[in-house]
Amino acid sequence: MSVSIDARACVGCGACARACPGNLIALGPDGHARMRRPRDCWGCTACLKACPAGAIAYFLGADAGGRGTTLRVSRSGALSVWEFRRPDGSVERVEVDARDANAY
Amino acid sequence: MRSVRVDADVLVIGGGTAGCFAARTLGAYPQVSVLVVDKAGIERSGCLAAGVNAINAYVTRGRTPEYYADYAMDDAAGIARWDLLISMSRRLNDCARALEDEGLVFLREPDGSYAERGTRNVKINGENIKPILARAARRQPNVRVLERVDVTDLLVEGGAVVGAVGFSVNSDVAYELRAGAVIMATGGAAGLYRPNNPGFSRHKMWYCPFDTGAGYAMGLLAGAEMTTLEMRFIALRCKDTIAPTGTIAQGVHAPQVNAAGEVYEGRYGLRTSERVWGTVQEDLAGRGPCYLRTRGIGERAQRDLYRAYLNMSPAQTLRWMEAGAGPDERDVEVEGTEPYVVGGHTASGYWVDEGRATTLPGLFAAGDVAGGAPQKYVTGALAEGQIAAQSALAYLEAHPGLARGGDARGASGGLSPAAERIVAGYEAHLAGGDPAVARLFDADQLEEAMQTAMDRYAGGISCGYRYTEAGLAQADRQVAGLQPLADGLAAADADDLLRVYELRERLVVCRALVAHLAARRETRWHAFAENADHPQTDPAFACYVNSRMRDGRVETFTRPLVGRGERLERLD
Ligand SMILES: Cc1cc2nc3c(=O)[nH]c(=O)nc-3n(C[C@H](O)[C@H](O)[C@H](O)COP(=O)(O)OP(=O)(O)OC[C@H]3O[C@@H](n4cnc5c(N)ncnc54)[C@H](O)[C@@H]3O)c2cc1C
Ligand code: SF4
Ligand code: SF4
Repeated sequence: MSVSIDARACVGCGACARACPGNLIALGPDGHARMRRPRDCWGCTACLKACPAGAIAYFLGADAGGRGTTLRVSRSGALSVWEFRRPDGSVERVEVDARDANAY
Repeated sequence: MRSVRVDADVLVIGGGTAGCFAARTLGAYPQVSVLVVDKAGIERSGCLAAGVNAINAYVTRGRTPEYYADYAMDDAAGIARWDLLISMSRRLNDCARALEDEGLVFLREPDGSYAERGTRNVKINGENIKPILARAARRQPNVRVLERVDVTDLLVEGGAVVGAVGFSVNSDVAYELRAGAVIMATGGAAGLYRPNNPGFSRHKMWYCPFDTGAGYAMGLLAGAEMTTLEMRFIALRCKDTIAPTGTIAQGVHAPQVNAAGEVYEGRYGLRTSERVWGTVQEDLAGRGPCYLRTRGIGERAQRDLYRAYLNMSPAQTLRWMEAGAGPDERDVEVEGTEPYVVGGHTASGYWVDEGRATTLPGLFAAGDVAGGAPQKYVTGALAEGQIAAQSALAYLEAHPGLARGGDARGASGGLSPAAERIVAGYEAHLAGGDPAVARLFDADQLEEAMQTAMDRYAGGISCGYRYTEAGLAQADRQVAGLQPLADGLAAADADDLLRVYELRERLVVCRALVAHLAARRETRWHAFAENADHPQTDPAFACYVNSRMRDGRVETFTRPLVGRGERLERLD
């Protein structure tokens, strides 16, 4: 359970570091965000939601059933599109509208 | 370290659910300056970071606050405080309404009432609940928010709490925060026991791993009285992701079944503790793994579950996608979590009066850190934040000399001698600690040792949550032996220092927890406190087990129950 940050996409704004409830992300000397404690991630996805560049992907550790699928989210207005990318290249999307209450 | 001193009338430690709502309440009194301090950024700090599923504490149509309080009393097998439960229950619905006023989405029935789920819940979209609460706190002109400052100790002068001391988690700055009244709202304690996924995914736990029991530890170290820590909270959760199961159990009415497909929940009882216990027993009897039977719920229900989990615990939806099989195709495996200390689910925490005043004058407690009132959830934490805020105001009015008159903005300058002593402790870690210790150990290593000892000797997952008196004595010895090592650790930077203090807090909480477990010589709640030496409920223990720390030792004693219709006569 952790996040991986794509340094090429990161614009160094620091939003992820400010969002993380565990102080796990810091801007490195190169100006890019760095996950400094991969084992300490709770998986809350606050950093993914905060990142304006879509540079952060979330994955399950192998011990928690992870087999390489990553999760990203992009938000515009009330709509969030969650994107699941499997290692075989297949992609699945789930759209969530913040104005809708949960059915359950 | 550079040092900064900040003065305010009211200091709120922890800008989580209860803390943000306390700040919003205090916003109605513009003459009072308020400082909210949090170890993280309050947009996504604490339990609510990922979102929540539903409003779990609500007085539904045709029911009364007494109905809710009775339920919570019964689920705790009588070890809860009626006065606290009823004062909370009476405010639940107003607090839900306040959330809606602040922008939280509620599902409504055609007649305009909130859509209910079962007898105590209402349906919402809880993904953005924390940003909404943070905004409600920040909007108040008299509230200032100090973020990314970890608070480690209370300041006590003349027997009263007059502030707290902490440090920036990203820079070399120490803070002395002085106030006329202090509200503790730091949440519960996770990470005491070896977790479900002890390796790479060790923080993939249910409770927030960054709520490390700081409030309990600060209170214990300052001599506050605690109650019922031995009522541990162990949740039944989805395997691997440790995501909540209520969404599935209540949403699609999925029963708990064993590997043979038999519904077993009726065999063990339906209390929260019994549902976990039943699952452990099925496993031990060779009938595991256990599942929530979701197969055949249909494509549409499956999509709805995907969305509901993305709004609260995205890992579970990822897990389904990863496996290439959702709940419609495959039952969802469940397991019990490691034990937590969480006063919002059980009755563990500060011993408080109806106004949520603790036994230390000037200190109030709200939310998961406050004891006596289980089944609080979000709305109960809000209710307590509101009550504590009102009591803090009354306390300031009764003691006009205490108002600081500060504007909650910092000034560099001299610290009090007590604060200086605490800051000297930070500096010692940053300067390399005790070389004989720091050469060999770090916070991670000691944390693992603590968790292993608690797991093995104080009723962790690997022992089916059971413990013996001899085991508890061993747990106490081991944890006590780690405390001086923690004091000698080195911290390379402020983030490292945070980890040292998180460890220190957990060690203090473990000592107190073990003492409480040993003091309740019966088994009243399966799994939560499963005493192998005393496997039956003993009527002699129809009382609270309370504790206080003196000179580093935890003293336990009992207090009589405050039952239905009763009130607490006096706090001590
Ligand atoms: C995963 C999960 C799902 C849940 N789902 C639901 C649900 O669907 N419905 C429901 O009603 N309830 C739900 N709950 C319960 C509910 O969220 C909690 O009971 C409630 O949020 C507790 O509020 P709190 O203010 O006590 O703690 P929190 O909201 O966790 O606040 C504690 C705050 O204190 C800060 N803090 C901690 N230590 C320090 C320190 N040393 N110095 C400074 N700051 C510090 C933290 O950063 C945090 O901001 C859920 C809980 C969890 C963990
Ligand atoms: S998912 Fe949450 S805990 Fe993990 S790094 Fe991102 S913000 Fe931090
Ligand atoms: S939020 Fe995104 S762009 Fe900004 S620093 Fe973090 S990873 Fe980089």
